[in-house]
Amino acid sequence: MKTTYREAMRAALRDAMQRDDRVFLMGEDVGRYGGSFAVSLGLLEEFGPERIRDTPLSESGFVGAGIGAALGGMRPIVEIMTVNFSLLALDQIINNAATLLHMSGGQFNVPIVIRMTTGAGRQLGAQHSHSLEGWYAHIPGLRILAPATLADARGMLWTSLQDPDPVLIFEHGSLYNVAGEIDDDAGAVDIAKAAVLRHGDALTLITYGGTLPMVLDAAEQLAGEGIEAEVIDLRSLRPLDEHTILDSVARTHRAEVVDEGWRSGSISAEITARIAEKAFYDLDAPVERVCSAEVPVPYAKHLEQAALPSVERIMAGARRAVGAGG
Amino acid sequence: MTGLKNQGVPDAGHALHLLRQMLRVRRLEEKCIELYSAAKIRGFLHVYIGEEAVAAGVMETLAPDDAVVATYREHGHALLRGVSAGAILAEMYGHAEGCCRGRGGSMHLFDAATRFYGGNAIVAGGLPLAVGLALADRMAGRQRVTVCFFGEGAVAEGEFHESMNLAALWQLPVLFCCENNLYAMGTALGRSESQTDIALKAAAYEIPAWAVDGMDVLAVEEAARRAVDAVRSGGGPHFLELRTYRFRAHSMFDPELYREKSEVAQWMERDPISLLQGAMEAAGQLPAEDWTALQADVEAEISTAVGFAENGTPEPVSELLRFVYSDRPDDGNGGTGNAEATGNPEATGKGRAAG
Repeated sequence: MKTTYREAMRAALRDAMQRDDRVFLMGEDVGRYGGSFAVSLGLLEEFGPERIRDTPLSESGFVGAGIGAALGGMRPIVEIMTVNFSLLALDQIINNAATLLHMSGGQFNVPIVIRMTTGAGRQLGAQHSHSLEGWYAHIPGLRILAPATLADARGMLWTSLQDPDPVLIFEHGSLYNVAGEIDDDAGAVDIAKAAVLRHGDALTLITYGGTLPMVLDAAEQLAGEGIEAEVIDLRSLRPLDEHTILDSVARTHRAEVVDEGWRSGSISAEITARIAEKAFYDLDAPVERVCSAEVPVPYAKHLEQAALPSVERIMAGARRAVGAGG
Repeated sequence: MTGLKNQGVPDAGHALHLLRQMLRVRRLEEKCIELYSAAKIRGFLHVYIGEEAVAAGVMETLAPDDAVVATYREHGHALLRGVSAGAILAEMYGHAEGCCRGRGGSMHLFDAATRFYGGNAIVAGGLPLAVGLALADRMAGRQRVTVCFFGEGAVAEGEFHESMNLAALWQLPVLFCCENNLYAMGTALGRSESQTDIALKAAAYEIPAWAVDGMDVLAVEEAARRAVDAVRSGGGPHFLELRTYRFRAHSMFDPELYREKSEVAQWMERDPISLLQGAMEAAGQLPAEDWTALQADVEAEISTAVGFAENGTPEPVSELLRFVYSDRPDDGNGGTGNAEATGNPEATGKGRAAG
C-alpha cells in the first residue's frame, strides 16, 4: 500500500498503543497540536490525554519522567521536537537512562524509547538542524536507531519497545514526506542489523538516515558511468553492525562513508577506523568520507546546501576511490 | 520549634525504635569513615551524620511497595529502607556481594527488593525520576507513594523546577523531601538563593509545603505521616523542607573552610540522637540497661556487616561489560551491544551467560 514516512511512523505509534496498555506517548505538542511534525496527528482523539500526553517545555523533566515511568513498569515513548532540544535532557539520557542498569548492578533496566527529529536542509539555522545521533552513539547503554526507509519507519518502533534498555530513534526531518509502497502487513523489523539495499562490486557506500536517498541516487548515476556501488543502510548506529560493513568491503575493496554529522570525532570516523583496523588488507584505496562542513548549520539556502553532503560530492568521492590504487 | 522536651515521648517503645534506627545510621557511617581512613573504601564518601532524623522519620511512614529516590548522601536512606548494612559496606568495598555488585559505590546504592532507586549523584537529577515513578503508579491505578530526597542545593537546578511543575500539573503521588542542611557543598543557602524560604518555592507550584525541624525525629515522622497519607489518598504532591545540619565535612576531601567551628558546635547541641535520648532519659523512659543493650545491638550489627564486607569477593573482571545492556537469553553474552561496544572480540563468550 501507499504511505509516507510520517504515516508509517503514525501507524507504528497507533499499533503500539493498541497492542500494549503500558505504552504511552509524551512530549511537547504531541496531543492537541498533533505533533510538531504531525506524526501523532489524530492520536489524542483516539487514545485520550493520559496516553497522548502533552508536556510543558521541560525536556529534562519529561525525559526524566519517562525514565521514571519506565522504571515503574510503563513503556513510554518520549518525543523530543529536535535533536538540538534533546541537549536540555542530556543529564537524564546519559547520566540516568544509559547508566542505571550498570550502576545498580543489573537491577534497574530502563525500557524507554525516545524519538526525535534530526538533520538539516530546511533552512532552520543552527539550533534546529544538527545531526547529533553519532554523538549519542558514543554512549554505552544506549541503542541508537536511524530509520531511513518506510519499512523501518513502520517497523522499528515496536521492536524498540520490546527492548529492555533505552532506545533513541532519530528521524531525519527531510524524510517525513517521502512516499512509497510498503507491504499491507508491514510490521516489526529487526533493529540490530545493517541492510544492503543495493548490490555492487566497485565500492561500498555506507550511510544511514537522511542521506540514504541521496546515496541511492548517487549509486544509480554511478551505475550509468559503469561504477556499480553497493549501498549499506546502517539502520543502527549502536550497536554498529560491523559484520555487514566488513563483509562488503572484503568484496568491493573500496569504501565511502556518507554522514550528515560533522567529520571530527564522528560516527563516520568510527566506521572508518574499524575498516582500517579490521579490513586494512582488503582495501585497494583510502576510505572516502562525505560529511557536513564543520560549521554550525547556516540559514541561507546556498550556504546550508554547501555545508551538507550532496549527490555530487558522493559521486566525486566514489570516482576517487575507484580511480585510486589498483 | 521542637516537640522534644524533657517531659518525654508519648510512645516510648516506638521512640526507642526510632532511636535505634538513627543510631544504626550513625554507627554505620562512623565505621565508613574509619574504613575510608584505612583505605578499605575509596571514591567519594558523603556521610549523613547529624541528619539521621530525616531519613529515620520519613522511612517510618512508608509502605513496602512505595518507592524511594535519594541522593549521593544516601547510606542512611538505604539502610533504613531495608538494605542490609553488609550489602552497603560490601558495595563500598567494590565486592560482588555489594547491593550493586561493586558498580555503584557509596554514591550509587540501589535495591530493587525495597524499591530503592538510588543513589543519584547528579544534584536534582533524581527528581524527574520520582515524577516518572509516580506517573507510572497513577497510570496503572496503584495507590503507591514515591518519596524523593534531595538537598537544598538542588532547588537551584532547573530539574527541580521542572519536576515541581510536572508533579503539580499532573497531580502525581510524590512526596518531595528537601533536606536543608544549609550548605550546597561549601556554598551557603543565602549565598546561592534569592529566596531562602524553600517551602515557598514549592508553594509557588501550588504544592502543599511546610518546614519541619529536621533534628526532631518525632516531628519529622509526624509531618511525613501527614504528607504521605495526603499523597496516598490522592491529594497530589506534597513537599517537606526538613531543616537539618551536616555535622561532618561534605566529603572526605573537604577542609571545611566555609563555616565556623562554633556554628557546627551550636548545631551539634541539637544532635538528633542526643535530643531524643535526652528527652527519654529525663522522663525516665530510657533505662540505662536499655540504652546499653541498644548500643550493643547496633555495634554487633555493624561489626557483622564489616565482617561480611571483608569476606566478600571482588566482582570478576570477566564481568566488566555486564549490565551495560540487559542480559538477553538469545545471545548468551550479556546483550548484543556489549561485545560491540568496545569492538573487543574477547568481550564475547565466556562468563557472560544470561541471568
